[in-house]
Amino acid sequence: MIGGYSFGDLGAIMAMQGFAGLILFSVFLLMALGLAVIFGQMGVINMAHGEFMILGAYVTYLVSSAFSAWAPGAFAISFIVGIVLAFFAAGATGMLVEWALIRHLYKRPLDTLLATWGLSLIMQQIFRSIFGAREVGVDLPDWMMGSISATPSIDIPINGIIVMVLSVLITAGVYFLIFRSGWGKQVRAVMGNRAMASAVGIDTERVDRYTFGLGCAIAGVAGSAFTMIGSTSPTAGQLYIVDTFLVVVFGGAASLAGTIASAFTISQARSTLEFFLSGSMAQVLVLLAVVVILMIRPQGLFVLKVRR
Amino acid sequence: MADQPTDATPNSIMRRRILQGMAALPAAALLPRAARAANLPTATVNTSGLAVTDDTVTCGVLHSLTGTMALSETGATEAEKLAVAQINEAGGVLGRQIKLIQEDGASDWPTFAEKARKLLASDHCAAVFGCWTSASRKAVLPVFEQLNGMLYYPTFYEGLEQSKNVIYTGQEATQQILAGLNWVNKEKGAKTFYLIGSDYIWPRTSNKIARKHIEGHLTDCKVVGEDYFPLGSTQFNSVINKIKLSKPDVIYADVVGGSNVAFYKQMKAAGIHFDKQTLMTISVTEDEIVGIGGENIVGAYACMKYFQSLDNPNNKAFVAAFKKMWGEKTVIGDVTQAAYLGPWLWKLTCEKAGSFDVDKISAASNGVVFDKAPEGYVRIHDKNHHLWSRTRVGRARLDGQFDVVYETPELIEPNPFPAGYQ
Repeated sequence: MIGGYSFGDLGAIMAMQGFAGLILFSVFLLMALGLAVIFGQMGVINMAHGEFMILGAYVTYLVSSAFSAWAPGAFAISFIVGIVLAFFAAGATGMLVEWALIRHLYKRPLDTLLATWGLSLIMQQIFRSIFGAREVGVDLPDWMMGSISATPSIDIPINGIIVMVLSVLITAGVYFLIFRSGWGKQVRAVMGNRAMASAVGIDTERVDRYTFGLGCAIAGVAGSAFTMIGSTSPTAGQLYIVDTFLVVVFGGAASLAGTIASAFTISQARSTLEFFLSGSMAQVLVLLAVVVILMIRPQGLFVLKVRR
Repeated sequence: MADQPTDATPNSIMRRRILQGMAALPAAALLPRAARAANLPTATVNTSGLAVTDDTVTCGVLHSLTGTMALSETGATEAEKLAVAQINEAGGVLGRQIKLIQEDGASDWPTFAEKARKLLASDHCAAVFGCWTSASRKAVLPVFEQLNGMLYYPTFYEGLEQSKNVIYTGQEATQQILAGLNWVNKEKGAKTFYLIGSDYIWPRTSNKIARKHIEGHLTDCKVVGEDYFPLGSTQFNSVINKIKLSKPDVIYADVVGGSNVAFYKQMKAAGIHFDKQTLMTISVTEDEIVGIGGENIVGAYACMKYFQSLDNPNNKAFVAAFKKMWGEKTVIGDVTQAAYLGPWLWKLTCEKAGSFDVDKISAASNGVVFDKAPEGYVRIHDKNHHLWSRTRVGRARLDGQFDVVYETPELIEPNPFPAGYQ
């Protein structure tokens, strides 16, 4: 007996807490993957990342509304359709943005920061004009709600499992695309040496466009998944942007392994600290630790060795 | 900069008064339609340079139309516009139609102060209906006091404030909190409480009052946990585990904004059902449930002064008019109703004072009664510019509405500076 709790209780809480940490890890990973692709592979600081997530969330909302209006019988699959459409909608928007805005600014990274921040404001206002300033409630199929009771005191949230599965799938997908496919080789070649890549016949503009589109598409999927756990409103993207950058920068910009390691470290630290301290205090301590580590190791946890 | 408007005022007042006096005479003779306005010449009802003509009076609406707070403040804006439209339809105030100037606070507190200055110094608004967060109210308060404007503030808030330039149409913290705690203690036999809120002044002060009441005034009751999360937090799994471990009789929640949605969705996903675990919130109205989803909060208790489902003739008329103006799907929360009171209370006060002058309104506000309020009879306190009101406990239904399960038998006196609770 510790502090008046039985060992059974404590065991259950340890299990639940471990699971909470894993869910937070998946959420962070899902948020950060899209940005890791864009920031890591292209060096573009995309301040509108959160808005691309919310674009995905609104697509999911539209799909679920459409299903409940016209095909209530097939509502169970609405979420899956929503995720797929969110991927393509956000990806297409991303490619459009790259073509219209980003490609003119590759040589001026600080201007990109300002331009994408402006873009985030524009997107917020578009969402507000179309969907209204209020939050929208996304109806989810019944099978995605509630929890699985492993024992009477251990409940595992189903939406947590879905987020985990999604983040594993997408991480694997990104890994294969970047490190195991011909297209990924081109992306890495362009990142390593743009002039040389161009000289050997790689269409660098095309590679840039698809890379940016891929990053945005992943953000769309993340946003779609977060309708299960968070709110969908024009400004909700702002809730994620700080954590997202934190994970990517801490992990070391150009490294997929770094992003995973950093998401894991930050999420575990935060979820453990939140259990023992108050939520605000936990976040302060985690931020402080990240700042200190980045002062000692400005390049982040992992660095890709590139000849410069 | 700050002194300029004050320096300029005496001249413009004189000029304006002369012009208005000249304008009033022929108007009174020529326009039989404006009979009531004619009985009250502009020069009499407006001695302080407000934007009042023989047939219009200008008021301001100051809410966030853009930014984070837009989602909360939309309802308040809509209610104020509805009230103004109804007042105008019924003949206006002192025979004058209300003309509204709307400004956007943009969820940014310095912008609120700047727009308030604009509404008072250059538009000369007779009254301003607006603000939502305490931070925005604190930002505009010095402006209203310096330029002597009148603000009708609709949100339930933490108290500890009182100004001759503000009428608080929402509840202050003790009005909202104490009755709810007493009820849950008596009806549910609750002894242990877990307090959780967003990390800013309103939840912190509210929880402080709740803790004092639980530990000092309820027998054998205690607070088993207290937790705060930064505004906008979206991850609550750890604290939900903490709550599960400490097994409180009541979870007492004042989480706000987007965090609310995450909090209730994750509670539901973690297997906490509100038919087994009592949860009482003072921050979730019908407006928030639209985003949270009725299925995620069904069975939880909310403690405030107004619910859309209140069964009285005033409220039925109000709900019908609101839906007619803003659409069948809109819902009405506590703050929306409180915002609706603002223009009406101002109209009644003007009629009582027989003037638009801010000093007279401020003094005449004491004791003003509005018996057509959707929440039922309300009265402005004789001294502190807050409202006497009932407190009600509602239980969330699947469709996002509340069943009212308890209502205080008497109106509760507002007490913005509660002794023993600070």
